[in-house]
Amino acid sequence: MLEINNLHVSIEDKKILNGINLVVNPGEVHAIMGPNGSGKSTLASVLAGREEYEVTEGTVTFDGEDLLELSPEERAWAGIFLAFQYPVEIPGISTVQFLKNAIGSIREARGLDNLSAREFLKLMREKAKLVEIDPKLIQERAVNEGFSGGEKKRNEIFQMAMLEPKLALLDETDSGLDIDALKIVSNGVNKLKGPENGVIVVTHYQRLLDYIVPDYVHVLYNGRIVKSGPRGLALELEEKGYDWIKAEVEAAAV
Amino acid sequence: MSEELKILEDVTRQEYAYGFTTDIESEKAPKGLNEDIVRLISSKKDEPEWLLNWRLRAFRQFKKMKEPKWPNVHYPPIDLQDISYYAAPKKKPKLNSLDEVDPELLKTFDKLGIPIEEQKMLSGVAVDVVWDSTSVVTTFKEKLKEMGVIFMSFGEAIHEHPDLIKKWLGKTIPYNDNYYAALNSAVFSDGSFVYIPKGVRCPMELSTYFRINESNTGQFERTLIVAEEGSYVSYLEGCTAPQRDENQLHAAVVELVAMDDAEIKYSTVQNWFPGDENGNGGIYNFVTKRGNCRGRNSKISWTQVETGSAITWKYPSVYLTGDNSVGEFYSVALTNNYQQADTGTKMVHIGKNTKSTIISKGISAGKSQNSYRGLVKIGKKATNARNFSQCDSLLLGDKCGAHTFPYIEVSHPSGTVEHEATTSKIGEDQIFYCQQRGIDEEKAIGLIVNGFSREVLNKLPMEFAVEAQKLLAISLEGSVG
Repeated sequence: MLEINNLHVSIEDKKILNGINLVVNPGEVHAIMGPNGSGKSTLASVLAGREEYEVTEGTVTFDGEDLLELSPEERAWAGIFLAFQYPVEIPGISTVQFLKNAIGSIREARGLDNLSAREFLKLMREKAKLVEIDPKLIQERAVNEGFSGGEKKRNEIFQMAMLEPKLALLDETDSGLDIDALKIVSNGVNKLKGPENGVIVVTHYQRLLDYIVPDYVHVLYNGRIVKSGPRGLALELEEKGYDWIKAEVEAAAV
Repeated sequence: MSEELKILEDVTRQEYAYGFTTDIESEKAPKGLNEDIVRLISSKKDEPEWLLNWRLRAFRQFKKMKEPKWPNVHYPPIDLQDISYYAAPKKKPKLNSLDEVDPELLKTFDKLGIPIEEQKMLSGVAVDVVWDSTSVVTTFKEKLKEMGVIFMSFGEAIHEHPDLIKKWLGKTIPYNDNYYAALNSAVFSDGSFVYIPKGVRCPMELSTYFRINESNTGQFERTLIVAEEGSYVSYLEGCTAPQRDENQLHAAVVELVAMDDAEIKYSTVQNWFPGDENGNGGIYNFVTKRGNCRGRNSKISWTQVETGSAITWKYPSVYLTGDNSVGEFYSVALTNNYQQADTGTKMVHIGKNTKSTIISKGISAGKSQNSYRGLVKIGKKATNARNFSQCDSLLLGDKCGAHTFPYIEVSHPSGTVEHEATTSKIGEDQIFYCQQRGIDEEKAIGLIVNGFSREVLNKLPMEFAVEAQKLLAISLEGSVG
């Protein structure tokens, strides 16, 4: 579904990603881990189409299409969803209104009729229940305005549930969450997982992976995937920290 | 230039693609402004002598006045002698069907969600007989008549209700109030008159739209609304549909009077031609609007959505004369390209326990300049007067300006005045967030701007609000269609 080939990315002439290779197939959950500053969030942002990043080399295809040629909204239409590390506030617009616009735009782009008010409402109720979000938060309050950290993250997962993406990118969705919120958010992600869609979980800590169990774990360091392995790799990282990986990489470089 | 700025610039560099001008034969007075012209206008309209004399007094006063230079707007000098001050009522060109109308204009109508019949009226297509004779308009007029509500053109009212006009004309805005009000008083062309009798709650929103067959009176319009004791009226002025006019200078006057327990809600959507993307052309809109809450417990609210005109100079105000009276001002002013707006309000607290609220939302894009200017004055006898003001500015890009000029004068120790102001920028983050959810840049900006204006849009009558919402988005679009 997603194929990243030798991806190099810079921002303002600073190299951040130095040749990423990654394949995500439908039904798979991949965890991207790594120390701070290793380029994890950059990878998520580049896949979503954030424009301040410059791709200097490499290719990314999504369902066989050149993803890098698409605008951010075209990527959303194709089925890519990014749960933001720092969700943005939009004053005066409720999450429900926001999603009506989003779903309307996506369906229009896909040549589908828009949902009727009734269908939308039904979908909304169903998904709000699924991710255990307070309906008041999404109906009466503006998008993320005055939300707590946990509420913002839950709102991201709610939006993901509403948009039913093919590929979900979760960028540090666990940061700022207490254990209860973490369980609810993970639970939401797990319920949305299916044989047709893939998930990339970007995280610094392994604890999220206790709840969202990955098929593969990749360690990102200095803009490269330096180690990949099954779930056990995450546990190893938790135990030993990142230093041994750094040491390994540096030893290899000598 | 950063990517963000570039996007914003592209998106906001918009052309007024729906402008349409037509050459229509009209009987025009020669250019120039003098007493003879004032007399000519008055005689063409067959006015009584007292009104002619009132116009002449206004004109003599006007000659002694100077154009105000304090607004934060800049434009080349206006040659008042180069304007024609009277044209016979213009007839809209009659077209047989919408097929003959500029398709671009129709596209805009569609985007605004204007119903087909209304589109026809606005673009000068002959309206179905069925619609014209039986439905809305006629029923509407009969219903109003039954209730004693007067709603007609100013010109008609002068003949049919001379006593009311004589009693109230210029009582709220004297002819010598300011330069443009004096000019309007001398040469006003036509406008609307509304009278709501005691205890009557006007059952429908009164809209100039229902007078569409009347003459086009844009240039020096004059509106007078009188709400007698215990009455209520909601009045809608303007139109979200784009309006072009061959006259560059517009100086309207609107006077409102609310007696004991009466309430007037006045909503405006102004979408005059703003000039092209290089700042050429565009209407100069210098308007004086004022309401007087004369009665106890009376209430006047102004709600405005201003997206048009090259230059806007407008301060809908409320004089809170009656005890316990309430004044409100809710405004969205959007400027793009080279537009300049200096708009705000005056809340003058005279009576006891008077209360006023000001919510102003300014949106600046392109190279435009947007100023809020507001006065809150609490007089010597205004015990326990209260005001709350909130002025928010939203900037798109880094070439536009937002300015706030609040003036506060409090002469009674029990007065409470609160003022809050914020300035924010539409950020790349917000736009990207929307895009990531499948909403493209243009729609994202429209959405963010509408969210910003929410508190004001909520005050508009429902149907108007929906159109105004679309208008805000369209006014910022990179191109229409």
